[in-house]
Amino acid sequence: MEKQDYISEQIDSLDQREPVIEIRDLHKSFGDNHVLNGFSMTLYKGENLVVMGKSGSGKSVMVKCLVGLIQPDSGFLSVMGKEIKTLDRKTLDALRSDIGFLFQGSALYDSMTVRENLEFPMRRHKEKLGNIRDTTPMVLEALENVGLAHTVDLMPSELSGGMKRRVALARTLILKPKIILYDEPTSGLDPITSKEIIQLMGRVQKKYGTSSLIITHDVDCARVISERMVLLVEGKNYVEGSYTELSKSTDPRVEAFFKK
Amino acid sequence: MAYVLQSQKKIRQFFIEIGELSYFGMRYFKEALKPPWEFRELLRQCYHMGNRSLVLVGVTGFIIGLVLTLQTRPTLQEFGAVSWMPNMVGISIVREIGPVITALICAGRIASGIGAELGSMRVTEQIDAMEVSGTNPFKYLVVTRITATMLMLPLLVIFGDMIALFGSALVENLKGDVSFQLYFNTVFDALEFGDLIPATIKSFFFGFTIGLVGCYKGYYSKKGTAGVGIAANTAVVTASLLLFVVDFIAVFVSGIFFEL
Ligand SMILES: Nc1ncnc2c1ncn2[C@@H]1O[C@H](COP(=O)(O)OP(=O)(O)OP(=O)(O)O)[C@@H](O)[C@H]1O
Ligand SMILES: [Mg+2]
Repeated sequence: MEKQDYISEQIDSLDQREPVIEIRDLHKSFGDNHVLNGFSMTLYKGENLVVMGKSGSGKSVMVKCLVGLIQPDSGFLSVMGKEIKTLDRKTLDALRSDIGFLFQGSALYDSMTVRENLEFPMRRHKEKLGNIRDTTPMVLEALENVGLAHTVDLMPSELSGGMKRRVALARTLILKPKIILYDEPTSGLDPITSKEIIQLMGRVQKKYGTSSLIITHDVDCARVISERMVLLVEGKNYVEGSYTELSKSTDPRVEAFFKK
Repeated sequence: MAYVLQSQKKIRQFFIEIGELSYFGMRYFKEALKPPWEFRELLRQCYHMGNRSLVLVGVTGFIIGLVLTLQTRPTLQEFGAVSWMPNMVGISIVREIGPVITALICAGRIASGIGAELGSMRVTEQIDAMEVSGTNPFKYLVVTRITATMLMLPLLVIFGDMIALFGSALVENLKGDVSFQLYFNTVFDALEFGDLIPATIKSFFFGFTIGLVGCYKGYYSKKGTAGVGIAANTAVVTASLLLFVVDFIAVFVSGIFFEL
C-alpha cells in the first residue's frame, strides 16, 4: 500500500529528470546463493541516492555489476545511456573514466605511494585530461580537496583508516567523474571522521555537480546526504522514498533500519 | 568408501586445476603479445626478483659446490681420478643441479611472494580498483611478473652456477693444490654447447612455471586473509612439483636433440 504511494509520488516528481543509471530486473546468483532477485533502480542526474540494505544483501554486488566487475545473470543495466553488457573493452574503459568508484575497503595500491596511487587512474586517460605532462598540480589539488596534501609521499600503510578513505576518495575524484558510486564510505570510521567524509561528499557534489549512488548502513549518513533512498531487501528494491518518509514508516522491515 | 570418494574428488580437482592453469598460461601469451606493454612495471619486477633471490641463490650455490666437491673427493681419490673433479662437478652443476636448485629456491621465494602479493591485492579489491581505473590488471600484474621470472631465472641460474663452481674450486684449491685458473680452464674445456643450451632453455621454462603458478594462485585467491596464506602456500607446493615435471620433460627432450 505505502510502497505504491512512494513510488507514484516519486514518478510524479522525477519524471522530468534525466536518468544516468538505470537498473531493471537485475538477477545474480553465486551457486545456490541468490543474491539479487529482480532489483530495479534509477539514478537521476545531479541526485544523491542512498541504497540501504543488511550486510550481505548484495549491495556491493549490485554496484560491481554497474561497472562491469561482476557479470549479472540477467537484467538490464545502463549507465549514461550505454548498456553495459554490449560494450567492448575500450568503450567500457572510457565509460568507467566517467564513473568514480569508492571501494568499501579503500583499495589503495599498497605497493605505491599516495602520489602514485592518484596518478594511476590518469595513466590510461591522458587524452581526456588534455595530454598534460606534469600531473603534480592535479594530484595536489585532489589531495587538498580532502585535506591531505602533506601525505603525498607517504605509503598507504603509513596512513590511518580514515586518511586512507580520504585518499581513496581523492583518487576516485581525480578524473572528475560525472557519477560517483560510494560503497559504504563511512563504515568502520569513528563518528567524527564519518562526518568529515560526509561533508566532503557534499562539497564534491556541489562543486562538480555529480550524481551519486551511496551505499551505506549508516543512518546519520543517509539523513544528511540522501535526497531519495532505496531499501534493498531479499534481492529486490523493497521500498523507495525520502529519508523523512521512510523514517516514519510503520513497516517492520523498514523500521528495523532506522531503529538505533 | 568415504576415502575413495574423497580421493576421487581430489583427483577431479587436480585435473580441473591443470585445465585452469593451462588456460591462464594461454591468456598470458595472448595478452603479452598485444600492446600496450607495461615496460616500466616489467623492469621494476625484474629488479625486485633479482634483488629478492640473489643472496639466497648465491649462498646456496656456494654451499652446494663446496659439499658436492668434499663428498665426491674420497671416491674419486680411491680410483685415482681426482683430476676429473672439475669435469664431473662442472657438468653436473651446469646441467642439472644449478638450474633445479635455483628454480626450487625461486619457487620458495618468488612464487610465494607473487602468490601472497596478488592474493592480498585480490582480497583488498586492489585488482578490481585497477580494472575500473582503465588499466588491464592481467597485463599490469600478471604479464609483467611472468615475463620477469622468465627473464630473470636464467640469469639467476648462471649466477648460481658460477658461485657453485667457485665453491668447488675453493675446495680443490685448499685440499688438492689446484689453482683457480687451472680449475676453471678444465671446467670450461669440459663444457659443451650441448650442456649450456638445454640448461638455459630449461631455466626459461622453470621461470615461466614459477611465475605462472604464483600469479595464478594469487590472482584467483579466495576472499579473506586465510585466502592469501593459502595462495602463497599452494603456490610454492604446486610450483615445486611442476618444476620436477618440467625438468623431466626437458631432460627427455634435450636427450633427443643433443644425443646425451
Ligand atoms: N565473488 C563472489 N563470489 C561468491 N559469492 C559472492 C561474491 N561476492 C559476493 N558474494 C556473496 O554475495 C552476497 C552479497 O555480498 P555483498 O558483498 O554484495 O554484500 P553487501 O550487501 O555489500 O554487504 P556489506 O554491507 O557487508 O558490504 C554475500 O552472501 C556474499 O557471500
Ligand atoms: Mg558491501
